[in-house]
Amino acid sequence: MILTDTWKWLVDGANWSGTDGILHRLEQHVIYTLITLAISCLIALPLGSWIAHTGHGRWLVSLANAVRAVPSLGLLCILGIWASSHISGDLALTGPSIAVLVVLALPPLLAGAYAGVTEVDPAARDAAKGMGMTGAQVFAKVELPNSLPLVFSGLRSASLQVIATATIAAFLGIGGLGRFLLDGQASGEYQVMIGGSVLVAVLALLVDLLFALAQRYLVSPGLTGRRVRRHTAGTGTGNLDPATNLDGEKATA
Amino acid sequence: MIRFEQVVKTFPDGTTAVDHLSLEAPTGKITVLVGPSGCGKTTSLRMINRMIDPTGGRILIDDQDVMDVDAPKLRRGIGYVIQHAGLFPHRTVADNVATVPLLLGTPKAEAKERAHEVLELVGLPGDFADRYPAQLSGGQQQRVGVARALAADPPVMLMDEPFSAVDPVVRDQLQDEFLRLQSELGKTIVFVTHDIDEAIKLGDQVAVMRVGGKLAQLAEPAYLLAHPIDDFVSDFIGRDRGYRALSFTESPRLPLAPEPSVALGATVDEARAATGDDWLLVVADGRPQGWIEPERITAPIEQGMLHRGGTVATEHGPLRAALDAALSSPSRRGVIVDDDGKLLGTVRAHQVLSAIERADRPEVHEEDIAPTESVGEAAP
Repeated sequence: MILTDTWKWLVDGANWSGTDGILHRLEQHVIYTLITLAISCLIALPLGSWIAHTGHGRWLVSLANAVRAVPSLGLLCILGIWASSHISGDLALTGPSIAVLVVLALPPLLAGAYAGVTEVDPAARDAAKGMGMTGAQVFAKVELPNSLPLVFSGLRSASLQVIATATIAAFLGIGGLGRFLLDGQASGEYQVMIGGSVLVAVLALLVDLLFALAQRYLVSPGLTGRRVRRHTAGTGTGNLDPATNLDGEKATA
Repeated sequence: MIRFEQVVKTFPDGTTAVDHLSLEAPTGKITVLVGPSGCGKTTSLRMINRMIDPTGGRILIDDQDVMDVDAPKLRRGIGYVIQHAGLFPHRTVADNVATVPLLLGTPKAEAKERAHEVLELVGLPGDFADRYPAQLSGGQQQRVGVARALAADPPVMLMDEPFSAVDPVVRDQLQDEFLRLQSELGKTIVFVTHDIDEAIKLGDQVAVMRVGGKLAQLAEPAYLLAHPIDDFVSDFIGRDRGYRALSFTESPRLPLAPEPSVALGATVDEARAATGDDWLLVVADGRPQGWIEPERITAPIEQGMLHRGGTVATEHGPLRAALDAALSSPSRRGVIVDDDGKLLGTVRAHQVLSAIERADRPEVHEEDIAPTESVGEAAP
């Protein structure tokens, strides 16, 4: 039974240790993912906000989306060949892998940051400026916190994509959980292939869960409607004047 | 005092939004800028706190040219209320209101306390402070908007169609409360609206602007209604302006007739004995409640049986209210009450009309007889 074999492979402690072990591969996978996300965020978040802010370069958002259509494996090969003759050392291998992953992570992050800042209520922006906030204060105190829900959804979709695709790093011989897919196929040990895939899936879910928790903590309940008491405005406050009660009935929450 | 001196705003595409506007918004008064869309009223307002910079002329706040003040600093000293409130959705009501005090460096606890104070002032007691804007109705959001503008106690307030996005009933309440608040606070207010009724209700003076950013007429509301300077202004202030002008004329002593009445709970016989007329006024504690037809009732009088179509006017209220009371009453007798709401008597429409004919109308000013491009002072 292939499933029981997979289970046995996964729970066998011997498979978890050593340089070829699951733990080490998992660590590599996580590190590649984090590096990729860090680089992508550093590029996409300021760029997306800037595009939204100034209205310049909206085509970049579309371009990034179009680049998604390029096959990752193909891109990896081209970059790998180019890097091997131009760069020496480990970077010749990790560089192309990370670059391919960044190309994948950029579109959702860019779109999230762009849409997040664009969709900030123009009235709130106007009021912020009109009350005497400087440009930087409007961004930090109003635009950024209000764009967080969309930034997070971009980040989560980017992280899923990167974790799934980071398996291709193994093609350039630099490890990660993708190693198990390649090795398993080469040796005909399908339980290893399936086990590796399961690990990738579980990692992706865990990271998503982590981001979900961070989102819960960082995004204002005023934007999500969460933790917000849902009682109709006006109830429970005996001293409201009639006017408040009247329009209280039309409260939106 | 805010003074516009020959202010011009021409946009880069060549359109002139404001064309040599000169006017004064006196300290402690409400100046309303009103006009059709494209008349430059909002642009004029936004030039006061430098949300837009003028291309010509000067705007002075207490003799200080606004262009000489750093824009964010200038804005922190001016209350700003806009059409859709523009509350920050990610902040609680209290945090929204504390915005300007915090920008000015007020300690957090103090700013928070101040926020609660102003919220109370605009009729949003404690419970509202911790809610988020999405939990409030449009009218409540607008109140928070006003509270936020008042938080740092600025001497000047700019209000850009603050009440136009709420329904008419709520708008009316917000306007009344706004006037009550202003009578306590005495801010120098510039208020923009496209609604002439709102302008007339709220303004100590009203500046009617025409398309192209020119001032058509600047006057007190009563004067504006009585003496529109040209066809544009008279068209803009609309029909029934004669009737509406009665809002500004206090009722003289009206010839009140005693009105028979019975208290709530009176029996059929008591009601029929009280009057020979088709209609009988019902009171509670001396306060008029509504009308009944004694011949049609079969049980002691309850609230639910009352005809409530008639309005009630106070003794020294505006003539418009007295006339309306007479016109709306099913008995054709308008109910007049004293300041406590107790019945004084009734008045008939023709009696109110005679009073109207005897009442003074605002005198025409010399300078208004020949229409000029002039602007100048408010009508006294």
